[in-house]
This record gives sequence, C-alpha cells and structure tokens, in this order.
Amino acid sequence: MSAITESVLLRLDDISLSFKGVKAITSISFAVKTGEICALIGPNGAGKSSLLNVINGVYQAQSGSVSYAGQTRRRMRPHQAAERGIARTFQNIALFKGMSVLDNVLTGRNLKRRSSWVEQMLRLGRAPREDDEQRRYAETIIEFLRIHPWRHVLVGKLSYGLQKRVELARALAAEPTLLLLDEPMAGMNAEEKTEMTQFIRDINREFGTTVVLIEHDIGVVMGLCDHVVVLDYGRKIGDGTPEQVRANPEVIAAYLGTRRSRAEAR
Amino acid sequence: MEFFFEVLIGGLLAGVMYSLVAIGFVLIYKASGVFNFAQGAMVLFAALTFVSLLERGFPFFWAFVVTLASLVVLALLIEKAVLRPLVNRPPIILFMATLGLSYMIEGLAQFLWGAQVHGLELGIADEPLEIRGMLLSQFDLFAAGTAATLVIALSLLFNKTRVGLSLRAVADDPLASLAVGIRLPRIWALVWAVAGFVGLVAGLLWGARLGVQFSLSLVVLKALPVLIIGGFSSIGGAIVGGLIIGAAEKVAEIYLGPVIGSGIENWVPYVLALLFLLVRPAGLFGERAIERV
Amino acid sequence: MLYQEAGQLSTSYAAERRTFRLRQDRLGLWLLLGFAFIAVPLLGNDYWFSAILVPLLVLSLAGLGLNLLTGYAGQLSLGSAAFMAVGAFAAYNLQLRVPGLPLLVSFGLGGVIAALVAVLFGLPSLRIKGFYLLVATLAAQFVVEWVLTRFSWFTNDNASGVITSPPLLIAGWDFSSPRGRYLLTLAVVVGLFWLGKNLVRSELGRNWMAVRDMDTAAAVIGIRLFKAKLLAFAISGFYLGIAGSLWAFAYLGTVEPHGFDLSRSFQVLFIIIIGGLGSVLGNFLGAAFIVLFPILLANVCGFLPAGLIDSGQLENIQKMLFGALIIAFLIKEPEGLARLWQRFRQRARVWPLRY
Repeated sequence: MSAITESVLLRLDDISLSFKGVKAITSISFAVKTGEICALIGPNGAGKSSLLNVINGVYQAQSGSVSYAGQTRRRMRPHQAAERGIARTFQNIALFKGMSVLDNVLTGRNLKRRSSWVEQMLRLGRAPREDDEQRRYAETIIEFLRIHPWRHVLVGKLSYGLQKRVELARALAAEPTLLLLDEPMAGMNAEEKTEMTQFIRDINREFGTTVVLIEHDIGVVMGLCDHVVVLDYGRKIGDGTPEQVRANPEVIAAYLGTRRSRAEAR
Repeated sequence: MEFFFEVLIGGLLAGVMYSLVAIGFVLIYKASGVFNFAQGAMVLFAALTFVSLLERGFPFFWAFVVTLASLVVLALLIEKAVLRPLVNRPPIILFMATLGLSYMIEGLAQFLWGAQVHGLELGIADEPLEIRGMLLSQFDLFAAGTAATLVIALSLLFNKTRVGLSLRAVADDPLASLAVGIRLPRIWALVWAVAGFVGLVAGLLWGARLGVQFSLSLVVLKALPVLIIGGFSSIGGAIVGGLIIGAAEKVAEIYLGPVIGSGIENWVPYVLALLFLLVRPAGLFGERAIERV
Repeated sequence: MLYQEAGQLSTSYAAERRTFRLRQDRLGLWLLLGFAFIAVPLLGNDYWFSAILVPLLVLSLAGLGLNLLTGYAGQLSLGSAAFMAVGAFAAYNLQLRVPGLPLLVSFGLGGVIAALVAVLFGLPSLRIKGFYLLVATLAAQFVVEWVLTRFSWFTNDNASGVITSPPLLIAGWDFSSPRGRYLLTLAVVVGLFWLGKNLVRSELGRNWMAVRDMDTAAAVIGIRLFKAKLLAFAISGFYLGIAGSLWAFAYLGTVEPHGFDLSRSFQVLFIIIIGGLGSVLGNFLGAAFIVLFPILLANVCGFLPAGLIDSGQLENIQKMLFGALIIAFLIKEPEGLARLWQRFRQRARVWPLRY
C-alpha cells in the first residue's frame, strides 16, 4: 500500500489532559510509523481533537510526552510544531476569511521564506525571486487539489467542501512531514468523500507525508488507513490494523453498546 | 493616618460614581454583547435634557419623567436603526457603530440644548460631614447611597422577575432565546432603556458634581479601566472595579502627584488597568474564554 | 470600452503581481502623479495648498499608519495621535538640539522614536486580545500627552507651551511657502504609500492579515505572533510619527501637545473606518472625506437663508451627520469608500456593458 518504513515518526507516551478538572484524555499512548496513514476514531467527545491539539502544541498536556522525529518534548508551542514539519487542518475550518485562496495557500509557505520584510518592502534582493518561487510551489499544490479556478476568490465566499480543500492546500504548502487532519470529510457527500480520500492517498504516496486523521466514516477508514486507534471517553480502547480493530469487542461495545444496554434500549 | 483614610474614602466614593457609569455598560454588554461607547453620550444627553427642562421651569419630578421618556425613545430608535441592521456583524463593527452613535448623540444634545455649562442643584448641600475625625463629603455619601439602592434594585430585577429571566437568557444566548419565544427586539429596547435610566442617574450625580457640560461624555473613557478590572459582564465586578479605580486615582493624585507631577489621574486608571490585564487577561470577574479549535 | 483588456495577459508571476496590472490603470496612475506633482503646483492657490491638500495628505498618511496596525494586523488602537505627537516632538527636539541635522533625517529619526514608543505600548498585545487592547493604546494616548506637557524640556521651556516649527530647509531649498509645503508633503506621502503598498502585499502583510483573521491558526502554520504584532506596532508608529512631524511642521506650523489629543486619535480611526479597513487607497479617500466634508457642509449652509443655521450649530450638525454617516457606512458598506471605488472600477471595466 503505502511506503511505511519501520521507523516511528510520532510516539505519544501516557498523555493526560484535563480542562478545569474535566479529564479529556487519560493516559493515552500509541505510535505512528513514518509514511503510514493512521486514523483516530471514536464516538463524539472521545478526545480525538484534543489529542491532535496536544500533538501540535495547541494544548499542553498535564502529563506524558510527545516524541516526534526522535525528539521528545513535553511542552511545545504551535509554531515550534510547524517549524518541525507538522501541519494540520481543523474541524471548524480555520482559514483566513479575509484573504483569497492563493493568499491563504501562500501563508502556508511562510516558514520557507528567507528574505526579510525590509527586502520585501523595497522589492530588493531575494524578495522578487522568492515571490516567484513561492508562487510556483503554491500553484503546484493548488492544481494538485484542483482549486485553481478559485485562486483569487475570497475564501469566505467558497462552499464548505472547497474551503476544506483550501485548508488542506494550506497545510500541504508547508511541505510537512506529518499531516494532522481533523475530520477532513465532515459534511461531504459520497462523491466528495471519494475525491478527498483519493487526495489523501495521493498526498501520502507522492509526497511521502505521514498522515493522522480523525474520521467518522468507518468505510473510509477501512479503505484508506494502515493503522487505526480507537478512543472512547478519553481512553484508548483499540490500536492496530483496521481488521484487528474491527474485531475488537471493546470497540464494538463502544460503538454499538453492549448486549445489555441494547436490550434496555428496546 | 486619618488623612489617608479620608483620601481613601473620598476615592472610594468617587469610585462609586464610576461604577454607576460602568453598570450601564455592563447591562448593554450582557444583553447585546455590544460595548456601548455611546453610553457617555447618553449620560450627557440625559443630564443636559434634565437640566434644560429644569431651567425652563419644569418641576423636578416631571423633568425626570420627560427625560426618562426621551431616553426610552432614544433607546428604541437605536435598537431599530443601528442594532438590528448590524445584528450579525463582528463585535468591532458594532463597537465602531456605537462610536458613531456617540458622536450623533453628543451633537444632538448640544444642538438641542446648547453647549454652555449648566449647574445642577440636586438639593444636597455639599458640606462636609465629620465622622470619626474625617471629613467626608455629604454629596459623595448621597451618591454612594443612591448607587447602592440602584444596584439592589437591578439585582432584584435580574434575579427575581420574569423580565429579568428573559434578560439573562438573551445575554446568554440570543438565538436560543428566540427559539423559546422571547421577543428579542423588546428585550434589547428594555435593556437599553434600563441602561439609559442608569445613565440618567449617573448623569445627574456627575452633573451635580462637575457641572453639566461636554466633558461628561469623557467619563465613559474612565469606565473602560473599571470594566477591565471588573470584567465586562458582571455588575458586581463593575462595582469593585469602580471602587478600585476611584481609590487608586485619588490616592495617586494626592500622594504621587506632588512627586511626579500634577494631572497623573488622567492616565493612572489606564496604566493600572493595563498592568492588571497583564496578570489577569480576563478581568477579576470576567469569564476566561476557552478557545475551541 | 474604457478598458481594452484584450491581449493584456500576464506571462509571468511578476507581471501578474504588479500593483497596477492593466495598462489603463498604470496610465491613470502616471497621469494622476503628473497632475499632482506638476499641474497642481502651477494651478493651485495658497488656500488650497495650506488648508486642503496638505492636511489631506498628512491625514491619509496617518490613516495608512493606523490601517497597517488595525486594518491589516487587527490590533485595535486609539493611540494614533500620541505616536504622531512623539514623532513631531522628537523631530523638533532633534532639529533644535543637534546642529546641522538635515530636516528629513530628523523626520526619519522622529519616526523611529515613535516606532519604539509604539512597540512599548504594543507589548501588551502579546497577552491581551481584541477589545481589551484598547486600554493599552488609550494609556499611551494619555501618558504621552501628560509627559509632553509636564516636562517642559520637550517644548524647550517655552512659557506658552506652544512652539513654532523650524523653517523647512532641505538641501538648501526652502519649502516654507504653501506650494513648497505641498510638494514636500506630497513627495514624502507618495514615497511612504509606495512602501506601504509593497508591504501589505508582501509576506509580512499576509502574516498580519492571518493574525487578524485567526491568530491561533496563524500560530499553527508557523507565523511568529510576537514578531508580527510588534512589527505592526513599530511600522505603524513610524508612519504615524512621520505624519505627526508633517502635521506640525508642514501644516500647522506649530508644535503643541494638545493638537495630538484623543479627538485626533478618533479622527484617524474614523478615516480608516470610512475609507476602508485593510486598504491602502481607502486612507486617502477617508482623509479626503474628513477634510472636505466640513467645508462642503459649511458651503451648503451658506446657501440656505441666512440665520437659519448659525455657525455654532453648524458644528453640532456636522457631528450628527458625521456620526450618522459612520453608522450608515457600517451598515451599508463596512469596507468603506475603498470598496465603493472598487465596485465603480468593476463597472468601468465592463462599461458600456453591465457586467
């Protein structure tokens, strides 16, 4: 399937996170190998988004550590995560609504800039050439995700599905090693989902990007992912290949309820 | 030592007046989520209307009633012409609209009643009272008493009446309130009218103290540090914040003034609020917004 | 028909990025600049130079300064006048106390000092967001005003507290005449507008807008909020400082703290609201509005029967109309005059067709 190497890119060790006394995540540990596509699944409120936020430094875990590309860190700020090659998309689209598609994608490339603002202001030195380079790379991404007809349109005016693709483009523009996707297919119809699934598979294959995604559609997960981690009430209840997880009784209980509670429901 | 207490209490009492203005802000913020910059202009309008009516021979009671009525009309107009068209816009747009509104109301007030300073007699002699060896202003005590009564009345309104319940519901979630049948425009108009009433009381008290003049609308700016310390959505916070600012201002003026220079009370409240914010970015009583991404 | 766009396709990214991509726009720009630099000085009279054009240009520069901070970077500020004051007083003191310092260098250094003061009062923006940030710039406004009045060193121990600005001598040329002031102001403003335009279309401009639109997401994609915000304050402060110097030296002819009070800050804020937040052209349009509106109003009232509206009331009517216009703008066209202009241009591009 994909180019999974044996080396581990991301490892979470005993991560716990709570908000004002409410425990969102309890002692979660798992590992993601380089080049694999890993899904985080689980009922709503299981702590999946919070886990992504911990991985990329938006939330700081109270205990445990995150090890990425060999380096272990307990606390990390979001821009440090970005500098180390982690990019992500958000559940409620976090695009810059006042800018065009192209500008949004270009902001994704801000870490690749070498020229200073002075050079850019005076249009001297490295600035003009760099502008061209960045634009060229942004265009490859834009064409890859087929959003080029809208490149100068204000993002706020696009449909939900297109906005999701722009957000993905912005994340890709940073040439990330690890891509965190928070429900990339939420709100899409079957056709759009197939398209997005194909995009993610292509990203993994062509760019070699490791992907961790949160997804509710089990069909998509089974077809796309190499590795599945199941969360419920902030705890990990399953971890393995899609087939292994599918057969896991705890996972079935979490999703469908146990026999007793199903009987009560009747 | 007594002198210090005298200064302190004088400051606290002045702070009560600040709290009054701040309460007007809090009411509107709680109900419409708008930082009503026009509150100061409304205070000015109220005071100016009242004083001008008095000067034209209206008895106290009727002047009060007519002014209150005009404030209510003003509130209704504001709700219809400004708030409703801007209902879904970002807060900064609403804030700027209230800026424009404050200009309008100031201009209107002075257009109607002129720009001279008016004296306002509320019938309270400004003779100092002597309590335990300290000289306290009778007027300030009266103002404090009035403010306290007002606060109690407002708390009763909010917590014990059905209307109060609707007000709190709207403050919490306007969309949900609509869903349960609360008439939003009415509630907004009511809140602005109540805020106008509070503004009227504040305007009368301040006007009696400073004279009714244009600079009254600048009092609104002092309310900002008060709200920052006390939080934007808490009446209790407005009171505490007002007391702190009033006391700090007075103490700084008397004790630091001779050392650094006169006029520092102009900026002390803001610097104080700024330092405060650095420590507690959400104010004393404000809610700390947890951003969900 | 005005815009024959056929054949004007960009063949390189650089060409597409040009500020004025269409030949017609470039032509229009050169005509305008030519008009401003050559025709106006020849045709204009002193009243127009001193009372209309110079304040218009200086206020548009001030507007651009505030717009960079508030419109692009999203940091609300009511301290613009304070930073203008710092620039003016710094330039004045430098001219006074450092013999032989060229005037433009004094302006520039005044701008730098204003930038530093702005950064100082902008530090809270790293912890405080949105509305609460107003208090930091309000503090700046009042503290600066107090410092400049309290310490008479700034006003050279002048008894009245009001100082006349030094003559405008640059490289041996005297710019003190109204025409000279106009040309000096025009040159400085055009230059800074060009730099500003480059800035907002650059990476920094995009970073600012990202911080404005959603700063958590901006941090997540690697933008350093610290650097972006402080640079915004600094560059904005620099622009405002230069505007302050020009206001004092080229417009008023005097340098006093109370000309840079809170109502001036509000004036600059109104300029960018009416002109358009997040726009470069808008500052110019907003400043034109602010300068011309009172004059227009006064002239209209002059046509009405005498005595109907006396001059005292004129100010109040102006205030009311002003406030009403701001509200109307916010309701109808929150993106200000700049957007109206854009729409007009769009119609012009396809004229005589409708769309």
